[in-house]
Amino acid sequence: MMRGLTQRALFWPCFTLVLLIALNAFVNPGFLSLSWRDGHLYGSLIDILNRAAPLALVSTGMTLVIAARGLDISVGAVVAIAAAVAAVLIGGSLDLTGGESPTRFPMWFALVAALGIALLCGLWNGALVVGVGMQPIIATLILMVAGRGIAQLITGGQILTIYHPPFSYLGNGFLAGLPFAAVLAAAVIVLTHCALTLTPLGLYVRAIGINPIAARIAGVKARPITLALYGFCGLMAGVAGLIISSNVRSADANNAGQLLELDAILAVTLGGTALTGGKFSLAGTALGALIIQTLTSTIYSLGVPPEVNLVFKAALIFSVMLLQSPEFRASVLRIATRPAD
Amino acid sequence: MAEDNVTTPLLAANLALLAARGIVHSYGGKPALDGVDFTLRAGEVHALMGQNGAGKSTLIKVLTGVESLQAGDMTLGGNRIVPTSTLDAQRLGISTVYQEVNLCPNLSVAENIFAGRQPLRAWSRGGGIDWRALNSRSRELLASLDVDIDVRRELGGYSVAIQQMVAIARAIDISARVLILDEPTSSLDSGEVDRLFATLKRLRASGLGIVFVTHFLDQVYAVSDRITVLRNGKLVGEYAATALDHAALVAAMVGRSTETATSRTQTGKSAAANGKAASTVLSANGISRRGSVGKVDLEIRRGEIVGIAGLLGSGRTEVARLLFGLDRTDAGSVAVEGKPVSLRDPAHAIAHGLGFCPEERKTEGIVEDLSIRDNIVLTLQTRQGLWRRLPQSRVRELTDKLAKMLDIRAPSLDGTIGTLSGGNQQKCVIARALATDPCLLILDEPTRGIDVAGKTEIMNRLVELAAAGLAIVFISAEIEELLRVSTRIVVMRDRVQVATLPGGCSADEIYALIASAPADASTKATPTAAAAGEAAA
Repeated sequence: MMRGLTQRALFWPCFTLVLLIALNAFVNPGFLSLSWRDGHLYGSLIDILNRAAPLALVSTGMTLVIAARGLDISVGAVVAIAAAVAAVLIGGSLDLTGGESPTRFPMWFALVAALGIALLCGLWNGALVVGVGMQPIIATLILMVAGRGIAQLITGGQILTIYHPPFSYLGNGFLAGLPFAAVLAAAVIVLTHCALTLTPLGLYVRAIGINPIAARIAGVKARPITLALYGFCGLMAGVAGLIISSNVRSADANNAGQLLELDAILAVTLGGTALTGGKFSLAGTALGALIIQTLTSTIYSLGVPPEVNLVFKAALIFSVMLLQSPEFRASVLRIATRPAD
Repeated sequence: MAEDNVTTPLLAANLALLAARGIVHSYGGKPALDGVDFTLRAGEVHALMGQNGAGKSTLIKVLTGVESLQAGDMTLGGNRIVPTSTLDAQRLGISTVYQEVNLCPNLSVAENIFAGRQPLRAWSRGGGIDWRALNSRSRELLASLDVDIDVRRELGGYSVAIQQMVAIARAIDISARVLILDEPTSSLDSGEVDRLFATLKRLRASGLGIVFVTHFLDQVYAVSDRITVLRNGKLVGEYAATALDHAALVAAMVGRSTETATSRTQTGKSAAANGKAASTVLSANGISRRGSVGKVDLEIRRGEIVGIAGLLGSGRTEVARLLFGLDRTDAGSVAVEGKPVSLRDPAHAIAHGLGFCPEERKTEGIVEDLSIRDNIVLTLQTRQGLWRRLPQSRVRELTDKLAKMLDIRAPSLDGTIGTLSGGNQQKCVIARALATDPCLLILDEPTRGIDVAGKTEIMNRLVELAAAGLAIVFISAEIEELLRVSTRIVVMRDRVQVATLPGGCSADEIYALIASAPADASTKATPTAAAAGEAAA
């Protein structure tokens, strides 16, 4: 029975997450406590949900791209571009009179434009991979480097502050007592799951990931599908960019979404998606994003000094990866169960 | 070939070089080998025969340490061995050359031969790889196999036959006691096969024990001294090759008398009679593609099986690719059911009612980690489109029906297709094409790498399908197969269509056309250098 449980695909990501939460609860007894304040839930767990949302969204797009044998390392830059576009279009200035500060364009227009540009960024990546035939890592490297430059051009090299109060709802607001960003991320993941299972899209993505040549011969239109997956990945980065900029009420072309692509790849891997394509799990990816965010919280709650922060994070990630490796577990099991000589 | 009649030196006839006793192996409770004995003597070529799923591959995997020994024991030169990996088996002296060459195409020939064990220069001379020794030793090694090529060039630039020779050179240089060849000839043409066999005979004379797995019965008799036959994971028997004739071998493999196995496909000609009045399904007028194939004319009616004959590299596969839209045509026109079409890609061809079963089952046919059901319905689903997902009940019903019709043997159709034997995988790929209810089925070497009974079965199905009105393009390297089912046979040579013969022609006529010298006035397209080289090799 125990054996059957550990063989489940999502067992180890779940186990890792529970372990990390338990570690936090041990160090900080108040970690698990939830309370109701100002009409919404309040607590460390809720905070993790809220902060994990952008990563979960980006990782969802990344999962599908990786499942179809691709990779997108430009998502961090796309986050910056989307944030910059939204900031410039909303514009406005600090209004101390207490009223709604005026916006340069209506907010809905700014949001749609930011998402549209993010989608275009994704399609550009897809076109380079599908149309030009570039290696995905190289194709998306172009936008990864150029994207930050584009974002700086848009913001004029400044960190733009977004004063329009309604915009901050995306990253700080609550819906039915839960953080709006977390609800949005969950909804997107569920919708994506439905799109993959209620239509044959999931089957196509797996077929392309396992054997693209056979898939093409079997009639799968691999090119438009791959293009669409890159577009989706860009769109997800755009949504994440809006949430991130809303959360801090500003657009920072240099630092928004910095190294997010690597966290996303890590979340995808932690969730059990094969980097070689074909095998993927959206639920696993969501768990992976939560693991990474919990890990970051752990570092803060343990009071790790800033100068060893990165080393400590690396050590934690290393342990998590070892725990998830079947080979490592098997060899530990062998040593543990070896009869004493 | 001069050594043909020389009896092989059975060094100490009683002493087995490699002996396996009572080998039992099961995959997850499903027995694949059940108490099998196998004895290989030094200085013999020993054919291992059996249908798909008989246990040949499993036995080889156990002998070479890919699968661990579950029960039984093995001795090599009298000592007990338990190989734990292919590397371990190699150290013990057992090397394997697989059907798909397991080398690195992007490395040079010499690098491939010595990969992982490169000769190094002395530190006094700067250390590092001793390229001169590496290359000269590779040349010597290949020369001993009668292969004279530039060993510094990339392996991928050479034909599969040469690559196989390189794999053999590597194998015997690493450990020269037992050499296992798993279907080495399945992608070679007859000249290349002769050359391989000459090499095997030379290696045999040097005292090597060679295990040879193949589906080609004639080849078994051309080189083997003894034959071991397996069936359903059990040993049927071990025979001297001279004591077991063709028919008896087939009977031993399929477990029934050969009459039923070989004389069933005589109905092929009746389809021709129906074909007279039937409508044209596909017509191709002078289709060609530069560097691929020149000017082919085809007309296929309902209920007809049009065979395409030709050597490896003759352009037979390229014709199939053009017809299915995998490659674009440069010139000529294609019409499907009277309407002119220009086929852009496979999805487009499928939409026009064409079905295709590609030559390379593993790399182009199956999607390995998908379930059998998903593999079979994949094409039908793509034709249905994104918004009309096939309901599970329909998928089950359809796959059950096709599995029954083509006799796909699988523990469960929900299992992954990678776990099936080659023949069953092939049937799944055919089932995938049939699921769309095509008007024309293009089959490129559907019987390659499949055992005798499986071939007969597939060809019987083709004849039945044709009788039911399906038009079929059937490509095969085996002329006898083509003659058995085809209503017409197109002969390809040097990437040009050289003739179209009626179904009743003789094998000799086809051989004469295939073998005759190229470049007569009627052939307009110039064969590329590569094509000419391949055909001549």
